[in-house]
Amino acid sequence: MSTLLDLNSVSLQFGGIIALNRVSLSVEEGSITAIIGPNGAGKTTLFNCITGFYRAQDGQILLSTKHKPLDLVQLLGGKFRLFDAPWSNIKKVFYGFFGGTHLVARAGIARTFQNIRLFSEMTVVENLLVAQHRHLNRNVLAGFLNLPGYRKAEAKALECAFFWLDIIGLSDLANQPAAALSYGNQRRLEIARAMCTEPRLICLDEPAAGLNPNETDQLSLLVKRLRDEFKVTVLVIEHDMSLVMSISDHIVVLNYGEVIAKGSPKEVQANPKVLAAYLGSDED
Amino acid sequence: MNMSRPRLSKTLVLSAFAAVVALILTGPLSGLVLEGYDFKTRFSAPLQIAAFVLIVRFIAGLLPESWLAPRQKNEAAPRATRFKTWQLVLGGLLVYIALASLVLIASKYWLSVGILALIYILLGLGLNIVVGFAGLLDLGFVGFYAVGAYGYALGHQYLGLGFWAAIPLAAMLAGLFGMILGFPVLRMHGDYLAIVTLGFGEIIRLVLNNWIAFTGGPNGIDAPAPTFFGWEFKANATQGGVPFHEVWGLDYSSGMLDGFIFLVLLTVVALVIYAVTRLRGMPIGRAWEALREDEIACRSLGLNHVFTKLSAFAMGASIGGLAGVFFAASQGFVSPVSFSFFESALVLAIVVLGGLGSVTGVILAALFLTLMPEALREFSDYRILIFGFAMVLIMIWRPRGMIQQRRPFFTRAKG
Repeated sequence: MSTLLDLNSVSLQFGGIIALNRVSLSVEEGSITAIIGPNGAGKTTLFNCITGFYRAQDGQILLSTKHKPLDLVQLLGGKFRLFDAPWSNIKKVFYGFFGGTHLVARAGIARTFQNIRLFSEMTVVENLLVAQHRHLNRNVLAGFLNLPGYRKAEAKALECAFFWLDIIGLSDLANQPAAALSYGNQRRLEIARAMCTEPRLICLDEPAAGLNPNETDQLSLLVKRLRDEFKVTVLVIEHDMSLVMSISDHIVVLNYGEVIAKGSPKEVQANPKVLAAYLGSDED
Repeated sequence: MNMSRPRLSKTLVLSAFAAVVALILTGPLSGLVLEGYDFKTRFSAPLQIAAFVLIVRFIAGLLPESWLAPRQKNEAAPRATRFKTWQLVLGGLLVYIALASLVLIASKYWLSVGILALIYILLGLGLNIVVGFAGLLDLGFVGFYAVGAYGYALGHQYLGLGFWAAIPLAAMLAGLFGMILGFPVLRMHGDYLAIVTLGFGEIIRLVLNNWIAFTGGPNGIDAPAPTFFGWEFKANATQGGVPFHEVWGLDYSSGMLDGFIFLVLLTVVALVIYAVTRLRGMPIGRAWEALREDEIACRSLGLNHVFTKLSAFAMGASIGGLAGVFFAASQGFVSPVSFSFFESALVLAIVVLGGLGSVTGVILAALFLTLMPEALREFSDYRILIFGFAMVLIMIWRPRGMIQQRRPFFTRAKG
């Protein structure tokens, strides 16, 4: 197995608060990696750095590609500093104008959100069609004239949308507004929407939050299926320990912005530092 | 009508209360008549008004309550379209021909009213893209209207551009201005965006007003009358031109120019309606709507939100610019007075009353708000009153506008 994502001493500071302190971890291709830790440990901040919503102040986030690894931090554009090498400044200005989160998504990283962010007034199908916009014919003239190439691309996108609706079991609700779905269905729709961007890595931020045990079981089946059937790598933040222990191959534990343990579920469970972080320790 | 006693008496009390309020509000206004430095009282007028309010309130109280309750359902449920494509095409063609044939029977006056209505439809459709689809509240839309109108007038004066060249060029120019406005406001939302766009509209008007050497300032500038293949719509041709009526052996009438502008404008409106309807179902239209719903989710899906926002501004502005060209051509003259904030407010009212995002609603609202003042010319003193009244009624009964945007319906591809 090769490494898909490699974080190299990533740091981020908000004022005086060190949200991430030299976090290094790697995600194997085709694995399910979980990030756990107490509230406020910096899990979601780490996610936002990986998916390009925050810009890491220090360190590298390398995504392996066919050619040389892509540094996601650079895609967001950097602070212009006069005495840097001219070439790197030109690059920074370019990405400052035209770069941003969407380039990270286009590099193959999709995500879901802790508080669901669907396009709530649009229908379920439309949510999935928006996600596929990169594979559609976006030529405005072709759309006005309804040219065959445009129709074909639309039909293909629609097919893909219904394919995912079948998988998450929402085909009957295809033309309902997304806001009308139940909470569990909204969570699944958000995962399907992320998958429609054809990612290599999908980042799920607390996918089981607010789900009942039955729905959580369905979710764990879905997540395993994403990995086994659709060959995506999964990075997941979750508080539900039984879910984490049952699905993940690899676990990273964060506390106060630092990685305190890494390893298989068994190793992490036995790690005294983890127990101390979760339950408090006797020594203090 | 079977009505419970308590409700009846409650209605009576409420009606009496409304009458008293009306008396207090309108009494000093209508009951006191100035006579030189003195005044005399006139009780009949306020009493009539109070009686009218009492009766209307009482009748309203008798109506079933469900009629008066606001519609709870927000979104019309999507369903498969009832019409086949050829039926829609045929229907659209028939409506187009029916409207076009108005040129033959309508008077010059009604043609100019029709032109005005069509111009407001265009403005409404343009702003609908920005506000209705992309959810960017724009209070300075009149700026792009002005850019289109002045683009035509100044383009003729300095570059010798004709009407037909001005249509695409002014639309592009207005689109460019839309993008220029878009850049600084990329990170703004809601109220802040509204204030900045309001300022932008005013800047354009003030520049037009004060750059006297270039634009003629408050005196305005002449816009040339359009020609058709070089034929002019004038009684006597100027400088070797050929008048239209001589070529076709018709008698000259002063309504010909308006008829011609009406026809061209009708065609442009038909094309814009088609384009806007198509846009909704196209990737870019979906991207606009997605941006309105949740910008952060858009970014996480790889949508370039900068490009999406700018394209909405540019597309809306260029339709506004088109409307400006036709305004200048039909008036024959443009001055900054025509592009005050009130116009922006009127267009925004058209979009909101019609229903955000609904093309049909915008067309109906534009027709209503432009034709109603003409039809009720005898009551012109009450125009703003009726206008406000209609707004209040629609906001109560249909908070989302007259026609609610219907979502497109998708079915599984066969095979």
